[in-house]
Amino acid sequence: MFGIIASIIDGVLVGSVYGLAAMGLTLIWGVMDVVNLTHGSLIVAGMFALYLLTDATGLSPYAALPAIVVGGFAVGLFLYWIAVHRMIGRPPLMSLLSTFSVNLVLVGLGTAVWGTGLFNVPVSLPGLTLQRFTFPGTHILAAVLAGVLAGCLYAFLYGTRLGKAIRAVANNRGAAELVGIPTTRVLSFAFALGAALACVSGMLIATLFPFTVLSGDAYQLKSFVVIVLGGFGNPAGALFGGIALGLVEGLATPFMPVSWILVIEFGLFVAVLVARPGGVFALRRT
Amino acid sequence: MATQQVSTRIDALPRTILHRPFFWIIALAIAAFVVAPTIGNDVQLRESLLLAAVYIILASNLNVMIGYAGYVNFGSIVFFGLGGYLCVWLVGRPGFPLAVAALAGGVVVSALALVFGFGVLRLRGAYFALATIGVNEGVQAFVMNFSPWGGAAGMYLSTELFAPLGGPRQALWTIYYLLVAVMGLSLYLSYGIKVSKFGLGLLAIGQNEDAAAVLGVPTRLYKALAYSATAFLPAIAGGLYYFKSAFIQPSDAFDLTFSTEAIAIVMLGGQGTIAGPAIGAFFYEELRGWLLTSDTFSHFQLVVAGALLLIIVLFLPRGLIGTAHARWPDLRRIIE
Repeated sequence: MFGIIASIIDGVLVGSVYGLAAMGLTLIWGVMDVVNLTHGSLIVAGMFALYLLTDATGLSPYAALPAIVVGGFAVGLFLYWIAVHRMIGRPPLMSLLSTFSVNLVLVGLGTAVWGTGLFNVPVSLPGLTLQRFTFPGTHILAAVLAGVLAGCLYAFLYGTRLGKAIRAVANNRGAAELVGIPTTRVLSFAFALGAALACVSGMLIATLFPFTVLSGDAYQLKSFVVIVLGGFGNPAGALFGGIALGLVEGLATPFMPVSWILVIEFGLFVAVLVARPGGVFALRRT
Repeated sequence: MATQQVSTRIDALPRTILHRPFFWIIALAIAAFVVAPTIGNDVQLRESLLLAAVYIILASNLNVMIGYAGYVNFGSIVFFGLGGYLCVWLVGRPGFPLAVAALAGGVVVSALALVFGFGVLRLRGAYFALATIGVNEGVQAFVMNFSPWGGAAGMYLSTELFAPLGGPRQALWTIYYLLVAVMGLSLYLSYGIKVSKFGLGLLAIGQNEDAAAVLGVPTRLYKALAYSATAFLPAIAGGLYYFKSAFIQPSDAFDLTFSTEAIAIVMLGGQGTIAGPAIGAFFYEELRGWLLTSDTFSHFQLVVAGALLLIIVLFLPRGLIGTAHARWPDLRRIIE
């Protein structure tokens, strides 16, 4: 019995990191109606940034966090002006394709430089042992950091002027423009913020699991599942969605082979999408 | 304005499809596919044209959803992969003849698509696109665990199964001709849909779904029918293709890059036109071959393909044929 509970707790810990990953995607979706298919590559970029930084400096992985936030933000700004800016307000197919093609370029560059081999970042943290079960320290710290970052994002969106501007643009771009909000600058900022979140979540995932250049796709799909569970365009819901996904994974792990869990996840994804297109925890938009 | 354009175009053209020049241009293209590789028994050319035919089948069926109805099916490869699995399994285990197995695959996949279409097509825009990705990944994950189909390792066919087709060498030619026939059917299907009332309904859905519904287009039925109709031929093509390779595994059969390539082809050629996907597929196949063999670019194949697609999306959103149509409106009468 305790084994199942331990598995659920570990699932929730990892799930909160998935929630953080999905937060960047859902923020961008909510603010500018763009499905950012570079999300997976940005997660991988965070993983490799961590790998290179720890490899070069020998610092603790967690010290790399500020550098990755700043770097991710800069990359996000760059991507916005290259691929997204001209797609704002056009049919969804266009932004899907433009971000997809940037994703191809990024994945292509990644495979050319690093190949498709397995990488990992060694982190030594003492775990927490309860009875026969040990919760790895990396899982606990990653979950705590994900929670803190989600709190920061929430405080930013609801407590600052710029955050308010982002919410206003998400609500009605035309009206926001009319009351004097520089929408283009707000959009580029929101995109860069989403990219930075994706990179940071990639960094946290890299401390949990080994990764390859091609890992991005799997985490991007997980992020979609999380968004559907948490509600589209709702960053706070994403954290709950991530935790819900972690709960499902943790609950299923003791009862079935790991490979069946994906079937459940995607079945859940399609079923929820069709039954409640706004997401399970969708807030009613006014 | 755009709706008006559609109706004038329909009126200005001859009543029956047989009187249109484009009908015969398609026939010429198919004839070229049949004849070209037989000259000098060119096996290499045949293989390259076979791949082009597969791309044309995928792209022109996808075009009905994307170009006519305005629904982006990101996981269209699921039809191809499932059709392949059904055909390989039916040929391998119960020992059905290839034609029966491939047709059965097409019918089953098409029926599944109809059932699924009614559910998934309630979604619009990006939500629909995501759901199709989910369907593809879900089916892939399921097949990976489905032991009668070999799970993640896939299924092999013994080469003895080529015997009814006259041995391996002759079988490859037969399969090539069958694929070219499926390609021809795909082109005529998308042409036939476009000039029919059904196609007009789909185009109306693409312009403005709510307005179409108000005007009496049965939108849900039409969308589900389009989804199902465009599943049929890709599924047969998948059956033939994987019978030819005599091997199928989930990571190839449900590879999302394949279906995004098909989207890129539709965009490159021009969505909503019939010639567009075919020309796009041809160019794409040539470019891919060139990039893969080039010394400088072989490592950067994805980078170049991605950059090219980005340039098309940013600066040429109507694709080659669409841009040509805008430039020379009379071209619409010849190349549709």
